[in-house]
Amino acid sequence: MDENKLLDFEKPLLELNKKIEELESFMKEKNIDLSSEIKRLEKRAENVREEIYNNLEPWQILKIARHPERPLTLDYIDQITDEFIEFKGDRRFGNDQALVGGIGLIEDIPVTILGHQKGKDTKVNINRNFGMAHPEGYRKAMRLMRQAEKFGRPVVNLINTPGAYPGIGAEKRGQAEAIATNLMEMSGLKTPIIVIITGEGGSGGALGIGLGDRIMMMEFSYYSVSSPEACAAILWKNSDQAEEAAAALKLTAPDLMELGVIDKIIPEPAGGAHKDQKKAAEILKSEIITAVKELSELSEEQMLEQRYSKFRDMGEHIIKPDQGKIRENLIDEDRKEDDQSLKRENIQSK
Amino acid sequence: MLKDWFGKSKYVTVKKGEKEDTKEPEDKREEKQKQKEDDQLWTKCKECEEIIFNKKLAQNLMVCPKCGYHFRLTALDRLSITVDENSFEEFAEDVDTGDPLDFPGYQDKLEKAKRENTINEAVITGEAAIEEYPIVIAVMDFYFMGGSMGSAVGEKITRAVEKSHTSEKPLVIFSTAGGARMQEGMLSLMQMAKTSAAVRRLHEKGILFISVLTDPTSGGVTASYASLGDIILAEQGALIAFAGPRVIKQTISKKLPEGFQRAEFLLEHGMVDRVVERKNIRDNLASILKIHRTGEEF
Ligand SMILES: [Zn+2]
Repeated sequence: MDENKLLDFEKPLLELNKKIEELESFMKEKNIDLSSEIKRLEKRAENVREEIYNNLEPWQILKIARHPERPLTLDYIDQITDEFIEFKGDRRFGNDQALVGGIGLIEDIPVTILGHQKGKDTKVNINRNFGMAHPEGYRKAMRLMRQAEKFGRPVVNLINTPGAYPGIGAEKRGQAEAIATNLMEMSGLKTPIIVIITGEGGSGGALGIGLGDRIMMMEFSYYSVSSPEACAAILWKNSDQAEEAAAALKLTAPDLMELGVIDKIIPEPAGGAHKDQKKAAEILKSEIITAVKELSELSEEQMLEQRYSKFRDMGEHIIKPDQGKIRENLIDEDRKEDDQSLKRENIQSK
Repeated sequence: MLKDWFGKSKYVTVKKGEKEDTKEPEDKREEKQKQKEDDQLWTKCKECEEIIFNKKLAQNLMVCPKCGYHFRLTALDRLSITVDENSFEEFAEDVDTGDPLDFPGYQDKLEKAKRENTINEAVITGEAAIEEYPIVIAVMDFYFMGGSMGSAVGEKITRAVEKSHTSEKPLVIFSTAGGARMQEGMLSLMQMAKTSAAVRRLHEKGILFISVLTDPTSGGVTASYASLGDIILAEQGALIAFAGPRVIKQTISKKLPEGFQRAEFLLEHGMVDRVVERKNIRDNLASILKIHRTGEEF
């Protein structure tokens, strides 16, 4: 096992793995049967891994979600489809390499699949802009989703992005408008939308293709309103508190299940999807097929109604009947008391 | 006339706690203290540094008479210069903020914001009229935790959209927001989906939605309902963004172009219908409502 690819909290495994390797080579060299001893150690390593992975802190889950070996959108597409053909461009400005899409067959079901695409090495990552899409990416996604609607294909969106790209071109071309339009249109798209957060679910950039009938998260993915690093920097002026922020933000799949943000957690192979990509893709595939089948039982009207109320109900507020209304005369009374002081912003930095 | 009250309103001096929730640096505390003492009489323009007497500034709708810089308004002041006298009837005033994540320090910040502001959340919603044209209106307030959108703000906006839907009165939303209400985590982000879905139903029914963007409008609010109006007006000089300039600067480590993300920049790039001076916004809204109505009855 490559020790560099281990996450820091996996270090207890390192010792065991070394020992196993030693025994294996010793066995070969001396031609002694040590297989029962090796098996025993392997069993122990498995237990240790299970122990570690059953007790992960949110911050550790975030690290797995960001793991450089973690399967990417195109890896999953490759594994879950029998055939796939990519379509490019938003017909407006360009083709965004950070958000890919196309049509394919999952078993015998034709689907439109979209997803953020990162790279596994720096060069590819730069081409893919680290999975951070521009407006043209979101517009391409919308174009392909409308196409799916026209032909009655279910849409499968695989989310894995640190966020929408914050840059000059992105702002100039209307990043906000692109995401807003997607949200509005997706809420009424007349074909099933299945959303899976496979790795990083970074804020508005994730949500930009994240509104649908089924929202699922892979076990070691995260979905957050802000990166914990940014959250800590903004709220506590200290990015070193990112670990704390990761816990406070409730960004893990179980937390979001409890908050009613997602519908399902998709289990991953032991040690994370990157440890057994094929198995991870198999589980994902069967969840997609199940969701498509469930949704196909609904009438279009039922589906759209359920989609609407799912998001209509999100959030938690309280009702305080005694808060009192703002009335002009009330404001007037207040103003009489204190008509001198002006609310001021001159002292606030721009 | 409501306009007569303007500037006599119960303004509160911006206090430290409030600013902590905006994404802005806090290096001006000393200056703040010094300025506090002079607060009662005059204000220094942020743009041209002109000393302006508060009375004069209020008469000029909090716009610098020298350079035209638009100071930020509270929601109540915005309302007072926008809708007809005695026409505002608030609704959803009982929607209040919880602490669903049990987020460290959130309760304190909320209480502080409530203490320092006349309103209970970063938006007020109601029915009103402009030049006797009935509307549903929502006005956000940057002074309340940086205008951030949490569950309660999202709920109130959604109720405003729904009220417009059922009453068939045009919807006007004045937006200002510094970003998401981080203390509500993903529930805050989901308000983007919730409000946008509601706006879609409004459009489907053929109801007019005018979105007015004021300084500053950024983050999730810009990337949801604020960008979904049939007509989008931007107040002169307003910063309008998805990602704030500080974040962009950090990401690209380059100097940002002059006027970047200002209302005029957005107009140039086709993102808004009009850039309007504060004093003309009410008239602009009235004109749109008038023409819109005429069309309906034609
Ligand atoms: Zn000035």
